[in-house]
Amino acid sequence: MTKLIGSTAVELSKLLRARDVSAREVLAAHLERIDEVDGRVNAFLRLTPELAAAQADAADRALKAGDAGPLTGIPVAVKDVLCVRGVETTAGSQILRGFKPPYTATAVARLFEAGVVMVGVTNCDEFAMGSSTENSGYFPTHNPWDLDRVPGGSSGGSAAAVAAGAAVIALGTDTGGSIRQPAALCGVAGMKPTYGRVSRYGLIAFASSLDQIGPFARCVDDAAMTLSLMAGYDPLDATSSERPRQDVLNNYGGDIKGMRLGLPREYYDVEGIEPGVKSAVDRALQLLRDSGAEIVDVTLPHTDYGLAAYYIIAPAECSSNLARFDGVRFGMSDQDAPNIIEAYSRTRRQGFGSEVRRRIMLGTYALSSGYYDAYYLKAQKVRTLIKADFDQAFTKCDAIVSPTSPTVAFPIGSRTQDPLSMYLCDVFTLGGNLAGLPGISVPCGMSDGLPVGLQVLAPQWGENLALRVARAYETAGGGMAAMPSLLRGEG
Amino acid sequence: MTGVDWEVVIGMEVHVQPRTRTKMFCGCAVGRLGDPPNSNVCEICLGLPGVLPVINRAAVEACLKTALALGCEIPRHTKFDRKNYMYPDLPKGYQISQYDLPMSVNGQLEVGGRAVRIRRVHLEEDTGKLIHAGDKLHRASESFVDLNRAGVPLMEIVSEPDLRSADQARDYAMALRTLLRTIGASEAEMEKGQMRAEPNISIRRAGSAELGVKTELKNINSFRSLHRAILFEVARQVEVLESGGTVLQETRGWSEAEGRTFSQRSKEFAEDYRYFPEPDLPPLELDPAWIEELRRALPELPSVRNSRLVAEHGLPVADANVIAADRELADLFEGAVAAGAPARQAANWIVGEVAPTGKLPSPKNLAELVKFVSEGAITRDQGKEVLVESVETGRRPSEIVTEHGFVQLSDEGELLAVAEAVVAANPKAVEDYRSGKKQALQALMADLRRRAPQANPKVASGLLLKLLA
Repeated sequence: MTKLIGSTAVELSKLLRARDVSAREVLAAHLERIDEVDGRVNAFLRLTPELAAAQADAADRALKAGDAGPLTGIPVAVKDVLCVRGVETTAGSQILRGFKPPYTATAVARLFEAGVVMVGVTNCDEFAMGSSTENSGYFPTHNPWDLDRVPGGSSGGSAAAVAAGAAVIALGTDTGGSIRQPAALCGVAGMKPTYGRVSRYGLIAFASSLDQIGPFARCVDDAAMTLSLMAGYDPLDATSSERPRQDVLNNYGGDIKGMRLGLPREYYDVEGIEPGVKSAVDRALQLLRDSGAEIVDVTLPHTDYGLAAYYIIAPAECSSNLARFDGVRFGMSDQDAPNIIEAYSRTRRQGFGSEVRRRIMLGTYALSSGYYDAYYLKAQKVRTLIKADFDQAFTKCDAIVSPTSPTVAFPIGSRTQDPLSMYLCDVFTLGGNLAGLPGISVPCGMSDGLPVGLQVLAPQWGENLALRVARAYETAGGGMAAMPSLLRGEG
Repeated sequence: MTGVDWEVVIGMEVHVQPRTRTKMFCGCAVGRLGDPPNSNVCEICLGLPGVLPVINRAAVEACLKTALALGCEIPRHTKFDRKNYMYPDLPKGYQISQYDLPMSVNGQLEVGGRAVRIRRVHLEEDTGKLIHAGDKLHRASESFVDLNRAGVPLMEIVSEPDLRSADQARDYAMALRTLLRTIGASEAEMEKGQMRAEPNISIRRAGSAELGVKTELKNINSFRSLHRAILFEVARQVEVLESGGTVLQETRGWSEAEGRTFSQRSKEFAEDYRYFPEPDLPPLELDPAWIEELRRALPELPSVRNSRLVAEHGLPVADANVIAADRELADLFEGAVAAGAPARQAANWIVGEVAPTGKLPSPKNLAELVKFVSEGAITRDQGKEVLVESVETGRRPSEIVTEHGFVQLSDEGELLAVAEAVVAANPKAVEDYRSGKKQALQALMADLRRRAPQANPKVASGLLLKLLA
């Protein structure tokens, strides 16, 4: 049964369709795997075995009837910010402990319709605010490649679950790098789609103009398939695009001969980038050249201002988005306060962790009368400049390649006292969010036994281009060992 | 400072619920006053985590129609913004409204022959309702939240401070209601909470160009309260200033029961709303072709119709004002005229008999009735009876007249006998008349009408005068 663990969805789907194995057996193997490893990894906040069993049975019926899709019967883990009807969903926060939404996020519902089997809810930084999953209101998640290190974040639980073989696919959300960075640090593929590609309905918002849902997977094909099944217009999300979801897969399987790949010097020739990361990326660039691509220098001159703009815009939106957590209608509620103002204060002081409170205060300040022009408005102008940077760069190249993160996974606790050093984790990824671009991180080898990620960014709606580059790289032999040695061969 | 002439300056903020089936950003029914608490709610208007708003096209359409009817400019681009404040009646902790790019600006509404400038018309969502055990939220022992109203669409119509009296403010609100009903944008029933008027009131020395400190009045739910509240508030401000005090800029509630305004929002609640563009809703680009289509589909507006009633039908301005203020009355009038009724008499019947009851005959029946009376076939008093019966039963006046044997008695021979009987029976009145009290004729005519209700009043009074001479 262990051969089922560590397989891709493409491989498992073949076995399932050939009826060599049932969805029930695939599920059992993964629940067993979770049992073996998750005591150390802590990728999951909650398991959903009953839902999984019902979905596996339904998948088996569909498989028997010859009515199965590419993800029918595939075990999937879902980040704790995506609402699933009747399943406790808490955004990694104590303030939502016990909250069971009466609705399912559109992206998740579409995967359910496609026949996936949800095994559990994965840990994350509280309200997706963080880059290490240490800001979870419950417990930190450990990197399967080195249990003393972080998995990245905020979707660290989802990345770790796939890396540990506990799920074949996992869903995350990416606001400033929260899919791509943990994918890099855990050695799996992770994709953030174009803003508007996937409905945000049912995603507990951090920053509405930046958030996107995307997949973690063990290979590019799995990520592409999952994304295409989640994508497409949703009448419940006015920011979702009417572009056909099949766009995502358009010609993505082709080669990259003659493609021009831009290497932004601001994402490469900079201080703070670890030598091991740089040499892994250099090897990846060589492999891409060998596959027929041309690497060209491009520049994104406003990159330095991106981080500052991001840390105005995202907190500003979150300060408003999180106002609904007031203890009146759901979630934690202080019942002993003498008046409403005190009830708000106590509920929110107890329910929110320190990073969430820090960002609410930052955002409230940035939107305040007298400061709005100097902060929020200026940040929006920077955002426009960042978009223009990318537009300019894409006149010289078809896609952009870079390291996903300047570092490999860092030790748990090493950055928690210094928020700014934590914020720097996203320096290569958040530009993609500010500009609304699609981006994917794929494993590109190791540095001192820890995974390094290669990021591919494409123009708006160019998921197929990013996927094509990533897939060509993977096919040419990029990537890494399929399973962390720490956990390999156990059980 | 006594003896100073004070000028009243009023601007109006009117919130109107556009006629839609569903709420502003979700599929919940807008419901009615009196629905069980929290019966028209869903995860979206409850503001549960992860939900998103979607704009109600019907609300946008109603708002655009209103803006067009008010002659507003409609910018090509408009957007929604978040107005942030925490209160238990506001589920999301922010209200989706419009801040710096409203759906329309710079219009005007004609009220009693004067143009009142409209600053803007925009769309937003309503809040829920709190019911406190105790008086105020922060002192209540227990509070209940009803979110049926949360997310109900509202148009906010803001005037410039162009109104100068309580009368004008009330007339403005009434003209607005007529306009909204005429174009079908809203029922605009104040008593049903579909229209709320919030006057901003200040006073200044007559002749001064500077505006005084204003107060904003809330909780007004009828035209009558609007009028009373403004009169009270103006008097209060005059008293404050004349006794050497200063008017505080504040929101004041109107207590209908006590007939006074009271300070409602104190300084501790002074808010910074931290407006910013609503990221969950892309900016709206309004298609000029759609706007043009809406403009063409607008019915004739009350002010235009008013002028036309005067110009085309020769109505007195007072009658035209009453008739044009109500689309149904105006339609009835024009229908009756088309069916052959003489215009001024038809207007007279509508203003005098139909409008006060609010019960409308069909245009054809009204025309028939007006003709009977104006041609002298029946008396006006008989005509009133026929009208009531025709409205109740829907039957034609000619049938009713025949059935009751209503005819106007104009035969001098028959009437002379009645007139002689009246003179004989009222020696005191006759004596009074002959001694110069001409109004005594009224009493004699009244007795004559009692004895012969069908009498032609002109012929009868002529006979009486002859007998009295």
